[in-house]
Amino acid sequence: MTEQVIKIEDLKGYYRGSFGVVHAVDGVSLSVNKGDIMGIAGESGCGKTSLAELITGRPIQLLHHEGGQVYINDLSIYEVDEEVIRKEILCKVLGYVPQASLNSLNPVKRIRAFILDAMRERVGTKAKNKQKVLDRVVEHFKKLGLEESVIDKYPHELSGGMKQRVVVGISSLWNPLILLVDEPTSALDVTTQQLLIETLMHLKKTGIVETILFISHDIPTLAQICSVCIIMYAGKIVEQASMDDIINNPQHPYTKMLINSIACFNPDGSAETRLEGIPGRPPDLKNPPKGCRFYPRCPSRLEKCKENYPPFFTSRTNSNPVACWLHEEVSH
Amino acid sequence: MENETLKIQNLTKIYKSGLLRSKETIGVNNASFTLYSGEILSLVGESGSGKSTIANLILRFIQPTEGKIFYEGNEIQEIPTIDYYKNVQGIFQDPYSSFNYFYRIDHMLKQAFKYTLKGITNRRKALESTLSIVGLNTEDILGRFPHQISGGQLQRVLIARALLFKPKLLIADEPTSMIDSSSRADILNLFKELKEGTTYTEGISIIFITHDIGQAQYISDRVLIMKEGRIVEEGETEDVFLNPDHPYTKNLLACVPSIYRKWEFDEE
Repeated sequence: MTEQVIKIEDLKGYYRGSFGVVHAVDGVSLSVNKGDIMGIAGESGCGKTSLAELITGRPIQLLHHEGGQVYINDLSIYEVDEEVIRKEILCKVLGYVPQASLNSLNPVKRIRAFILDAMRERVGTKAKNKQKVLDRVVEHFKKLGLEESVIDKYPHELSGGMKQRVVVGISSLWNPLILLVDEPTSALDVTTQQLLIETLMHLKKTGIVETILFISHDIPTLAQICSVCIIMYAGKIVEQASMDDIINNPQHPYTKMLINSIACFNPDGSAETRLEGIPGRPPDLKNPPKGCRFYPRCPSRLEKCKENYPPFFTSRTNSNPVACWLHEEVSH
Repeated sequence: MENETLKIQNLTKIYKSGLLRSKETIGVNNASFTLYSGEILSLVGESGSGKSTIANLILRFIQPTEGKIFYEGNEIQEIPTIDYYKNVQGIFQDPYSSFNYFYRIDHMLKQAFKYTLKGITNRRKALESTLSIVGLNTEDILGRFPHQISGGQLQRVLIARALLFKPKLLIADEPTSMIDSSSRADILNLFKELKEGTTYTEGISIIFITHDIGQAQYISDRVLIMKEGRIVEEGETEDVFLNPDHPYTKNLLACVPSIYRKWEFDEE
């Protein structure tokens, strides 16, 4: 029996502000098994980052938890105090590397000072404890293939890839069971991107981190490391499958079209097949449509898709969960 | 024999910064290449490799330190400004920041008629025909504000703006990197169509600048691989991507994530 480290039930998170209410995450249910590397993919504005923020239990300003539960190791994080989340969950159980976090390093302080500042919650201000943490950091960075001298440098002395690896290193310092990384490779060149992914794989192989949630819009990158993948569209999950199935045997019309639209490098031949874009644009999440959210753009839509949002059905061909009415009959 | 649309000879650009202790950064280092008419040439490289510097040099936004650029046999500095920009147009990375969000989209398109295209009388028709080349409905675009349409559509409006001039050469500097993959494919296909020529335009030569090797492989006839301001490899798309010569190209291609293969990780 595989152990579920994260369990999400009908999670809803809306942005509330002068602009209205944006239904960014609207009824997401998901479970992540121990040892998985799960990719979360989708286009911009589909709710990937909002989902990550909600998983941490303390979403960013304007994003409000509106219902549903998130269990991390059977602990319902919306039912415990913020204090518990900060002291017991973040860093120890869940390491979170937010989007563009490589820019969060303080430009006028050395990496060493930044780490101590970030860890003050845990180690206090005593000099003895500080040294202990720094020793731990050095040891940890060595494991990740980062040089010891990195902690005495300023952020501007490091390249983008190095900064990102430092941030990942800091997030995984207390050996969290789960590492949640949000678009870690998007700002990087392909060569440094590969180094970062090697770092993540190394974290997993050495057992520092057991489970990784990897958010990216770039499916070829996800394909390199993920074992399972979910595809999000307009605040909902449309398909969950193994990474191979997503690429080679997608079931949801959106996933199919998304895979068809990627200009992917093919090392064995020229990409002769014509790419097809998806006409239209995602729905306005201030006013989400009642039925299937992909309905206006879907080439194989049915009449009932307009009014009713599909639940998860078992796919006809590979028995993966798919939120699409086309797969309805099989489940009866 | 194909016509040489653009010929670049020993182009070097050195950026200087600082007043007292001046620091020199080499943007482009002795680059030479030729673009023939009716082809898509991709400049591929990582950030800081000098791709955009070449685009800015060709578009005359900056002056070269050394070397020359010839457009159809004439050195570009000697071509009158209006004549040059009637033939050579640019498309850039960020479609969102090219618009003034206080004005309707028409405003930006109509500015083109103010100077260079003064002579055109039936402006509405010119707009309609160029918008239809890029696959947009006039009703969906004209009269709207920039925030009301998607990034992919904005970028297509900008391509339409460039096409109003009926250019012979387009410099596309990372035109798709801020656009979702679902609309990216359409824009890549549009560039391919523009190269072939449509009912309204003749075939256009395109310099396509990208860091995304998948896109370069899909779109281009020939590619240049750049590293630190130098061109390290040049050739037909298939030759370069299937049988790379230069060690840098080999290394670069090995790092590209692809859905057709998986990286091997060291088992340690």
